[in-house]
Amino acid sequence: MSKKKLATVWLGGCSGCHMSLLDIDERLLEVVKLADIVKSPVVDGKDFPPVDIVLVEGAISSEEHLSEIKHIRENAKVLVAFGDCAVTSNVPSLRNLVGTEAALRRAYVEAESNVPGKLPPGDGLGVSPLLQKVMPIHQVVKVDYYLPGCPPDADLIFEVLSALLTDRVPDLPNERKAAYG
Amino acid sequence: MADSKIIKINPVTRIEGHAKISLFLDDQGGVSDAQFHVDEFRGFEKFCEGRLYTEMPVITPRICGICPVSHSLASAKACDSIQRVAIPETAVKLRRLIQLGQQLSSHALSFFYLSAPDFLLGWDSDPALRNVVGLAAKFPDVARKGIRLRKFGQEISQHLTGKKIHTDGVIAGGMTNPMRPESRETLLKWIPEALETSQIGLKLLKDYMVSHKEEVETFAPSGTLHMGLVQADGTHELYDGKLRWVDASGKIVKDQVNPADYLNYIAEMPVDFSYLKYPYYKPLGYPEGIYRVGPLSRLNVASKMKTPKAQAEFEAFKALGHGRAVNGTFFYHYARLIETIACVEEIEMLLSDKEILSTDVHVVASRNALEGVGCCEAPRGTLFHHYKVDTHGQLLKVNLLIATGQNNPSMNKSVLEVARQYVKGADVKEGALNRVEAAIRCYDPCLSCSTHALGSMPMVLKIHDHQGNLIRSVERN
Repeated sequence: MSKKKLATVWLGGCSGCHMSLLDIDERLLEVVKLADIVKSPVVDGKDFPPVDIVLVEGAISSEEHLSEIKHIRENAKVLVAFGDCAVTSNVPSLRNLVGTEAALRRAYVEAESNVPGKLPPGDGLGVSPLLQKVMPIHQVVKVDYYLPGCPPDADLIFEVLSALLTDRVPDLPNERKAAYG
Repeated sequence: MADSKIIKINPVTRIEGHAKISLFLDDQGGVSDAQFHVDEFRGFEKFCEGRLYTEMPVITPRICGICPVSHSLASAKACDSIQRVAIPETAVKLRRLIQLGQQLSSHALSFFYLSAPDFLLGWDSDPALRNVVGLAAKFPDVARKGIRLRKFGQEISQHLTGKKIHTDGVIAGGMTNPMRPESRETLLKWIPEALETSQIGLKLLKDYMVSHKEEVETFAPSGTLHMGLVQADGTHELYDGKLRWVDASGKIVKDQVNPADYLNYIAEMPVDFSYLKYPYYKPLGYPEGIYRVGPLSRLNVASKMKTPKAQAEFEAFKALGHGRAVNGTFFYHYARLIETIACVEEIEMLLSDKEILSTDVHVVASRNALEGVGCCEAPRGTLFHHYKVDTHGQLLKVNLLIATGQNNPSMNKSVLEVARQYVKGADVKEGALNRVEAAIRCYDPCLSCSTHALGSMPMVLKIHDHQGNLIRSVERN
């Protein structure tokens, strides 16, 4: 069996799912026997190439995420919504309760430590504009597998990866599915 | 930015967060300015309003998956302050233990996974292999040891709270659970290996510092203020203590400031090109008041370390400054590895403490004040959580001042310095761009944290001409 191409991507989230991926510890060395990690925050490589499997952490929170996830979907055979932010939009979507502008205003204008406060322009050279609503991935593109947890348990991540990298459908016992939180 | 070319690096890789870098070239092709963009925002300060303050130690770890424990601790300390309680001694010790575990795993991640590939495989080596996997292929023993060192740090959180990331074991008034005797035995067994690996890391870095002396000393060397927590006698401190600032010459500018008074000393300025604000030391104003935080600054402000092996290495570190503070940005790596040794020694000290198994780890109190500030040292620097509540304990205002945010002005400055040294004109080699990114990597920035907010930290380098037109966008394949 030829080596698979694996990517991991971090959109609107905290990186906790990626840290939980690293919590597979020495088993990372088994994963890289089965796959080349061609794109990930922990390796170099700037463009998103065609891949067999991608784990996507985080919700869709900015215009940039929106274009990124579409590009990723077109280039990935199997897309896994990786962790609760990708699956449900979780904590980042708490912003939806207050609105994007109010959240920006609090941080950049009203914060006690700011002198003098102003809103970031949200376009142009530097930063990507934020969406009005934070969304889970499946609201934008088709998701093949959902891997829940905040973050997903490292053993669960390893089982899913091992299955997908050896062309099996992940078959998790029920107690494993429940063991996240 | 008139009359310049702009280079962008996007995404910046092997750092913990989302970022881009823009370099502006003058008409001779020299670098005239640099902007480090942090490109994400989540808005914790706003959407936490209205929630009960006691929920914050569980919500705020979600700011960052790399240093969730720091947020739990700063948050729980702010809650302790709102309750006006002194938590039990053993709870303090357990909090210290879980903090040291996270510092250890975070420092191991920074060195062995993210930065060592540059030192051991080479700055200009194949980008496809210049990572922990490439490291494992060429130096399997080093990679495996580094992975296990990070694992040890994570195991401490697992043993104390049942979870490695986003624990709910740190709460207002103390900890949810005491330590089990078998956890203590298991964790103590790790100490010799962890100490050995820390020393291997330190030796690798020191060898590199000898063989690349000039590069190391000229890598973004300019001085700033440094800030960090210290004990009353100036001893290096992570959990409690007071704030101290020293200047680039190593002179103490201000000492023993209660972190609750942070607003008198620190202000933040929003900028157009990044979601990450520019903090500075208020009495000196901007830009004179630019200060740094994190391992380098903590060692610069400290007068001594708590433990013998760290103290011996600390003295060698101080000697690098010849009486001044150690300002070279590269030395963040050195300071980080000295702290790694200190972590292992202090973990052993706490595990050996006879009180560590006490079951007196939590006190119950209700809201006794309307405001509280919690402060501790996160792996990347000083972290502040500031809450105001109503009489029911519902949050009215939340202000968060994050370690990486405080390094933001200096990261920009370091990028500019390194770019000026390695980038000449728009025709830039990949290895040069890697060095520009490495200026950022020295700070080990955690951009998730710093915009409370930022997601992952890939990077774009865009080169603009002297009229601001984009002439090249460099994204490595």
